[in-house]
This record gives sequence, structure tokens and C-alpha cells, in this order.
Amino acid sequence: MELNAITIGFVVFTIFTLGGGIGVVTTRNLFQGTIWLMVSLFGVAGYFVLLSAPFLAAVQVLVYIGAIAILITFAVMLTRSVTRIKERYIRILPSFIVSLALFLILLFGVTVPIFSGHLPESAPEYVASTRDLGAALVDENGYVVPFLLASVLLTAAMIGAIFIARDESA
Amino acid sequence: MNVLNEWAFIGIFAVMAPVFPALPIVIAWLFRPRKPNALKSSTYECGVETIGDTWVQFRVQYYIYGLIFLVFDVEMVFLFPWAVAYNEMSLFGFVAGFLFIFLLTDALFYAWKKNALDWK
Amino acid sequence: MDELCTGLCSVLVEAGADAGLAQFLSLLVGVLLVSGVPLITVILLIWIERKVAARIQDRIGPNRVGPVGLLQTIADMIKLLSKEDITPAAADRVLYNAAPLVSFASVVLIWAVIPFTPFHYGVDLEIGALYFVAIASFGALAIMVAGWASNNKYALLGAFRVVSLLVSYEVPLVFALLLPVLLAGSMSLLDIVNAQTGMWFVALSPLAFVIFYISSQAETGRAPFDLIEAESELVAGFNIEYSGMKFGMFFAAEFLHVFTNGILMALLFFGGWMGPLYYESPLIAFAWLGAKGGLIYFTTLWLRNTVPRLRIDQIMAFNWKFLVPLSIANVILISLALKIMQELGWAPRDLMGASFGQMLPTTFILLVINGFMILYLLGMMRKRGREARRESQIAQASLAQAAAD
Repeated sequence: MELNAITIGFVVFTIFTLGGGIGVVTTRNLFQGTIWLMVSLFGVAGYFVLLSAPFLAAVQVLVYIGAIAILITFAVMLTRSVTRIKERYIRILPSFIVSLALFLILLFGVTVPIFSGHLPESAPEYVASTRDLGAALVDENGYVVPFLLASVLLTAAMIGAIFIARDESA
Repeated sequence: MNVLNEWAFIGIFAVMAPVFPALPIVIAWLFRPRKPNALKSSTYECGVETIGDTWVQFRVQYYIYGLIFLVFDVEMVFLFPWAVAYNEMSLFGFVAGFLFIFLLTDALFYAWKKNALDWK
Repeated sequence: MDELCTGLCSVLVEAGADAGLAQFLSLLVGVLLVSGVPLITVILLIWIERKVAARIQDRIGPNRVGPVGLLQTIADMIKLLSKEDITPAAADRVLYNAAPLVSFASVVLIWAVIPFTPFHYGVDLEIGALYFVAIASFGALAIMVAGWASNNKYALLGAFRVVSLLVSYEVPLVFALLLPVLLAGSMSLLDIVNAQTGMWFVALSPLAFVIFYISSQAETGRAPFDLIEAESELVAGFNIEYSGMKFGMFFAAEFLHVFTNGILMALLFFGGWMGPLYYESPLIAFAWLGAKGGLIYFTTLWLRNTVPRLRIDQIMAFNWKFLVPLSIANVILISLALKIMQELGWAPRDLMGASFGQMLPTTFILLVINGFMILYLLGMMRKRGREARRESQIAQASLAQAAAD
């Protein structure tokens, strides 16, 4: 493999993503786990940049590091003394089976197209600008229905969450 | 400039940015006095001894604000491309955007009526 | 390679350097040049901040070290270097040390996309406006990490309050930011400034500027939103356990953030480097940007030293029940008016080439709409104020009655 900026970036972001993932599953401390998760998701944002999708990278950072990380910490704080998990999670067999199944699905999903020769076309050098994305979102023939459905989904999520949270505190 | 070259600049910047504040801290580490003792490195709570764990249970209100913020944050993800392409749209573009924002304003209104926005 | 490798890079290649290395070196030099601006400014800012605060409080401020106390910050830095740096025994050492670095870096990184003049900038990202919002979210995370890693109840509580303040005020901030993006039809800061050739955006949407101004005051944790320094309630807040240079870094980040916001507002709403004769020389353009940003920065200092701190419930109510609905209504009304005018052909669809004359009808109508909104708000606030006063009078009267009985 030729050593250029993209290769270096790929290696660095892979270390971020995988290292962060290892951190999440090995730490016993929920807050440190959150930080590791953010490291991992930051690596994914880096992949988006390498794939010429800077808008998605910014969204990744904005939503995950800006909002999800904060929300997880707030949620952790609601529970009592779970920062230092004392006992190990004991149901090893079910979690082993589930993660193995997930890994196999991903492995086949990635390798089967390669060996069967049904490779998807590689992305063009410059995918689409944010302007095209915005125009497609409100185009009658484009994605206007999913666009509005996303809004309905967000509204439902917010109302549902407030309903549940209020119920517990009231 | 090529798109990836721009991001190489951001990448180098991101590596350099923590170095700038790290430099004075490292220099201070070389010069500063080191006389730690148990009292000095104990938790500072105005001279009173710390009782119990730092990890006390916090109120649910922080979580609710965080949640409403998350919903608005995701909304922004859709609204920024909409705003960028706005000048080229017809009136339909406005109507779609308006409906999108209006639905979420409903959720905010619901939160307001349920007193979820009050700091209690 | 030819297209990528220009300027310093091509010079290096001709001198016999490897192409990749030459490119890296030229980018590195660019990074150092761009980051030099905020790093040098921050030293000056600390002096300005103290001097302005002193004058408002009828004091003189630093005046001993150097001419008019200009070297005071240097002296303070040397002092901080020699200070003992205490890490609490209970702290999470790695995160405790990382937090001030991330906090400062998150502010410096914003400067990568700031265009100083039409031709001098770090990078012109297509997603520039979203970039600086995303980078700012690292700052909130750094505060959270600092509060948690200190392992101190006051620090954690302070961090919680500050972070919930930061995320709350990000909503109106981003809604206000949507308008310059919408008007310019681009998120690139360079495009946003160039779209203001005909008319500054502050004239098209003054309300968006006011909302952006208020929320960025909150984002930097300045009065009346200075929960960060709630010394009377939380001893200090999230940075209580920090000392020496690490403590200094949090404050340097805050000072720099305030000025950065001033520059951003100048770029987004006040036409950036535009002003008489800006096209003559990049230096004049740079001076215009600095002057506008500096003026906005000065008003934030003025505000900081004039108003008292609000309680956290008041801050939250003001945001969620006033600023957020207002910023949403502002986006809807302005975008509707703009679209109708564009359909009628009164407003240009592309602001990049629009002249002052072409922008006049748009400006007039948008200003009238903004004026009506402001009048309505003022009426509403007066009504609320009267109600509140009447309620307090009734409460006082009943108290007096009870005392008399």
C-alpha cells in the first residue's frame, strides 16, 4: 500500500475507532466508557472525511460528541453509583453468541460481494454537495416524504421521552 | 484547494491545537515546585472533610434538557442542507421546511404544557 | 500534484524535497501562521479584559508592568509557570490533564475556517458554519470531563450546570446561524461574507443577530449567564480543583472564545472585512475585520461588567420559553418573506452578485417584519412586567397586612 495522506488518515482513524471500541468494553467505569465511545465515534467521523462526505463528518461530531455524549453522562448521573461496576457481567454465553452472530453477519456482508464479483461501484471522487442534499430533501419527486417522516419521528421521540421522564419524577 | 488537502490542513491543525496549551503546561512542569502532601491533594470542599461519594444522584431535569437538545440537534442536521439550497427552491420548499419545523415546535409546546421546561 | 502543490510547496519541490513531504511542510507552515493569530491575540485579550473591567468599575487596572501595564500578562504567565500544580489524589489523572488541553484546542480550532481577508484564510470548508458549531461541542465535553475527573462534588455540580446551559443555548444559536446560511445559500464562511457585498446581514435580519449575540454570550459563560464562576453558590464551578497553568488554560480558552465569537459575528452579520477601501490592500481588509470584531467584543465586556448573574432556573426559562420559540419564529417568518419576494422577483436569488440597489427592497421588507416582531416582543414584555409588579405588590401588601395583624 502506498503511503499517502489518505493511508495515514485511514490508519489513524482505524486506531481511533477500534481502540475506542476496545476501551468501551474493557473499562469498568461508565464515564470513561462514554469517553472511549466518543473516541470511537470520532474515528468514524474521520472515515466520513476520507470518503469525501464532510457534511456527514460534521453531523457525526455535532450529534454524537455534542449531544449524545452529554446525554449519556446525564443519564449515567441519574442512576446510583454505577460508575464503578463492581461485579462482572456474568451472562457470558448469551453475549458471546450474539456478538459472534453479529460478527459473522458483518463478515459475510462484506466478503460475499467481493468473492462473488458483485462489487458496488466505488464512490465518485466528490460525492454530492450539501446543496444537492438540501434540494433533494424537499423535492416532490425526491425525499420530501422521508424528510417529513423524520420530523414526525423526532417529535414522537421527544414527546415519548418527556412523557416517560415526567411520569417517573412526578 | 483540493477537498482532501483542506482536510489535511484541518487534521494537522487538530494535532497541533492541543500542543499549544500543552507547551506552557510542560514548561511549568519543569520549573514548578513539587511539595505534595496528603492535605494539599485532598478534595477541596472549603475545608470541610468530604463525605461519601462524589457520584451523588442528580436531578432528572438535566436529562430532559439534554434530550430536548438532542432532538433539536438532529433537526439541525436536516435544516442546514435545506437552508443552503433554499434560494433555489420554489414556494413548495418553504412549505416542506415549515412543516418540518412546525412539527418539532409542537413537541416543544407539549414539553412546555407538561412543565418539562421548568427547573424544579 | 501540480494543482495541489503551489506556493511554498512548489518552491520546496524545486529545491529537491519529496513531494509529499513538501506538501506536509507547507500545510504545517500554514497551520502555524493561522494559529499564530489567536495565540498572540489571547495574550493581548487578557490585558484588554482586565483594563476594561477596571475602567467600568472605576479602577485603573494593570498599570505597572510595561507601558500602561501591557506586559502584565507576560508577568502573570511567568508567575503561573512557577506555581505548584496540585492534582487531587482522588482525581482521574489522564482525563484531569486532558480537559484543559481539549478546552483550549476547541477554541483555537475554530480559527482554521475564519477568513481574515478575501485571500488569507486557513481553509474555506464547504461546511464552515457547521464546522465551528461542531468544534464548539468539544468545549462542552471538556468542561464535563474536567468536572468529573476532579472528583469533587462542587466541580461536578458546576460542570453539570454549565453543560446544561451550554447545550440549551446552542439551540437558539444554531437557529440564528441558520439565517446567514439561508441568505447566502452556503455554509462556507467565505461565501457568507461575499454574499454581504450588497447588504450586511444585520440589516436583513437584526433579530437573528440579537439572538446569536445573546446565545454566544451564554456559550462563553459570561454575565448574566456566568454560572461558570458562581463562586457564591459553587465555590467556583467545574475548575475548582485546577491550579497553576492548567487553571490558566481554562481562562485563556474563555477569553479567546469571547473574542472568537466577536469575529464570527462580524463575519456572519457585519460583512466581515467589508468597509471603505478594503479591496486596496489585504491589510485594510484585515483591519476592518479586526475593528468590527473588536467592537462587538467590547460590547460583550461591557455587558459582562454591567449586569448581575441570573439564577439557573431563570436562565433556563429565558432560553426555552423565550429565546428558542423566538428564534424558530424568526427563521419561519424571514424565510417565508424571502421566498415570496423571490417568487415575485423583488429579491435576488443569488446574493453573491447582488448590488446595494438590488438589495434595497428586500432589506426594507425584512426590516419592517423584524420591526413588527420587536414591537410585539416589547409589548409582551411590558405586559409581563406589569403583571409581575402587580403580583409582587399584592404579595407585599398581604405581608404587611399579616405583620399588622
